[in-house]
Amino acid sequence: MEKIVYEQLQEQLFYEKMENGLDVYILPKKGFYKTYATFTAKYGSVDNQFVPFGKTEMKRVPDGIAHFLEHKLFEKEDGDVFQQFSKQGASANAFTSFTRTAYLFSSTANVEGNLETLIDFVQSPYFSEQTVEKEKGIIGQEIRMYDDNPDWRVYFGAIESMYQNHPVKIDIAGTVESISHITKELLYECYETFYHPSNMLLFIVGPVDEQKIMQQIRDNQAKKSFPKASEIQRFVYDEPKERAEAKKVIPMHVQTSKCIVGIKAPMVRPAGKEKLVHELAFNVLLDYLFGKSSPHYERLYELGLIDETFMYDYTEEREFGFAMVGGDTSDPDRLSEEIKQILLSFTSDSVTEAQLERVKKKKIGAFLRSLNSPEYIANQFTRYAFNEVSLFDVIPVLQTLTIEQIDQIAKQCFRESQIAVCQVVPKERK
Amino acid sequence: MINEKITAIENINVHTIPTNKYKTNTLVWKMKAPLANETVTLRALLPYVLQSGTAEHPSVKQLRTYLDELYGATLNVDLAKKGESHIITIRIDVANEVFLQEKMPLLRNAVKLLSDIVLRPALQDGRFVERIVEQEKRALKQRIQAVYDDKIRYANLRLIQEMCKGEPYALHANGELDDVDRIAAEELFQYYQKTLQEDEIDLYVIGDVQEETVLEAVASHFSLPNRTVRASTEEMVSSKTRDKVNEVIEKQDIKQGKLNIGYRTNVTYEDDDYYALQMFNGIFGGFSHSKLFMNVREKASLAYYAASRLESHKGLLIVTSGIEPANYQKALQIIEKQMEAMKNGDITDEEIAQTKAVIRNQLLETIDTPRGLVEVLYHNVVAKRKRSIEEWLSGTDRVSREEIMRVAGKVKLDTIYFLTGMEGAE
Repeated sequence: MEKIVYEQLQEQLFYEKMENGLDVYILPKKGFYKTYATFTAKYGSVDNQFVPFGKTEMKRVPDGIAHFLEHKLFEKEDGDVFQQFSKQGASANAFTSFTRTAYLFSSTANVEGNLETLIDFVQSPYFSEQTVEKEKGIIGQEIRMYDDNPDWRVYFGAIESMYQNHPVKIDIAGTVESISHITKELLYECYETFYHPSNMLLFIVGPVDEQKIMQQIRDNQAKKSFPKASEIQRFVYDEPKERAEAKKVIPMHVQTSKCIVGIKAPMVRPAGKEKLVHELAFNVLLDYLFGKSSPHYERLYELGLIDETFMYDYTEEREFGFAMVGGDTSDPDRLSEEIKQILLSFTSDSVTEAQLERVKKKKIGAFLRSLNSPEYIANQFTRYAFNEVSLFDVIPVLQTLTIEQIDQIAKQCFRESQIAVCQVVPKERK
Repeated sequence: MINEKITAIENINVHTIPTNKYKTNTLVWKMKAPLANETVTLRALLPYVLQSGTAEHPSVKQLRTYLDELYGATLNVDLAKKGESHIITIRIDVANEVFLQEKMPLLRNAVKLLSDIVLRPALQDGRFVERIVEQEKRALKQRIQAVYDDKIRYANLRLIQEMCKGEPYALHANGELDDVDRIAAEELFQYYQKTLQEDEIDLYVIGDVQEETVLEAVASHFSLPNRTVRASTEEMVSSKTRDKVNEVIEKQDIKQGKLNIGYRTNVTYEDDDYYALQMFNGIFGGFSHSKLFMNVREKASLAYYAASRLESHKGLLIVTSGIEPANYQKALQIIEKQMEAMKNGDITDEEIAQTKAVIRNQLLETIDTPRGLVEVLYHNVVAKRKRSIEEWLSGTDRVSREEIMRVAGKVKLDTIYFLTGMEGAE
């Protein structure tokens, strides 16, 4: 077991790679009641074309299957694992993102028992025809709930407008139609390909004894046998740097319009520290341009074009990166024009060192705040680790960011052909 | 478990909770007054105007620049209803400088800033700045309207409006749209002065702090005008009874129907039966092992979410679920059947044990965050009843099946609200 000390943050992280390839991290947190654990597969909605385990040919699977699998893994021959967790006083959950599927629990007692349940249920799939059919009804309602949610529609609409080929543009849950093609055989095929321990990471944060917990995990894994790991071959999509469409408008039954401007990063590094630099520099740039202390924010607010829902964010995963800027607005066309103007007319000459320092300070404080949250630590650590980056490098990297690095991002990304707009507008009454 | 020290100073109840589990220190300012038609919208506007500028930093941009310099201290405000009280909350969260290379007195600066926000706002001709008030009126209208576009929140709002018609609780914490335009800077300023004189005020400080230092900082920055605090919770929480169940169906152009059901529990936070009510809610619909989730979602496959929650100070139990419009009657029947099972005591030992474990877990998890901790402790201010975390835990543990059945007997169905699609079958 390796021990990594972060002196300034007063944190200690323990790491071990199990013999079957599983990465395990433990971050003891004294003073907390809660222990939070995530067991995550490097497998998400974008992994829709791959060579299934033991096969040689690329295969396309139905949209939404990673999310469907996440739902179904909770169900076992003798009932629902949620039940088991709540008997043990834990609350369990799971989520599927573009690139990850995470299973998690939090509990303030009986941590060993809950951890055992978490590892065992994820590592023992049970899919039957009957339960697969039943799940289609539940997920169908989940999809409908999102269909009626204008914030989700405008967010996903912006991604659809940015991407021409990459499956990031496909809704994580799929569609009612696509999930109708899911079978138990397909679920097993996805499971065998992506849930090998060598493609997974277990993170535990809370008031735990790291020696005891690590030993428990070693013992648990030693009892199970897995086939020899093989490299997962995912289809590599060829995505042009240009947007798919300049503007998408979605009429809905809303009173207030919504507008998001999406900015597509042309290329992202697959992994490593440069990836972290890129992601943080992009976020610092957005904060400089659109933060509440920026002149642009003040002007847009005074013009009545934005309100408290205004947000900006940069997401970077293995193969793609995009920024989103926008929110509710009284005039979606004017707001999209204003935001585009701000992006296209930006030059780094106007940025002073003092301004950059202030944004960095703000980001450092925000990072410290997020370390109050065990959920944040476990989820973000895993996300970064899958990209071969350490969460705890955030502050050192922030401190070294330069105006040149920011300038480069603006030059690569703030181009008309990489900017797409999506709006949700009130449907005209019949 | 929680070391909460309470000292009244300068007419403020200062609650200090020393802990070193966080990387930041948190200040939470709470002002409580009765929920009332005449003041609901003024009150909903006030904290947003206050957070838009102080005498020293008189615009949003200047104030936010200063917050950035304090290592991204966060400042946010919100409004809530607790029973028939209307509560303003102002929060500042600031990094603990121990974790920074640069040593700045961040907490002291944050206390000073909070005092500036509540006591020394940006003024123009002796009242709030016109421009700020107008901007925040516009933002308030957008905030009120935004509920309409979020069907889950909208259905909840409509249920409460229908169910509590004529009671203060029917008012929305964010105010009423029709009142906003009429508000003038002058009137708002007068209301602000009145709140400083009459509201019950509590300040929570959580983090790497000593009570002494906190009281000293409060004494040097806060001084409130002469105060005649309104007696707390003098206004009785009303609880109407209905002879016939009120059924309201509303149609909109949506795909998923929202079925919300309101019950009167006739038990509130103050009552001894409160623990049994918590258990009742936990077994009925509070969790993913509860009857609603198991029967509406898992067995009948009718919904993605089907749950219940309590409005503890008002004595309401609210069921929410999202279903296919055509399944209205079916879902309703299943939900009613679960309620009957509760009343008949059709509850297994396992359900009771499971729910106790989960409630305990939920409470402990809540107090792991500074925000959750304040919300739990503030129940004691809102209600006449003081409850420590230990009492809460042991009280829940002692609840028997008979007590749950007794509480179930008090729960009365009041209003069924269904928001459905245009072609929705009935």
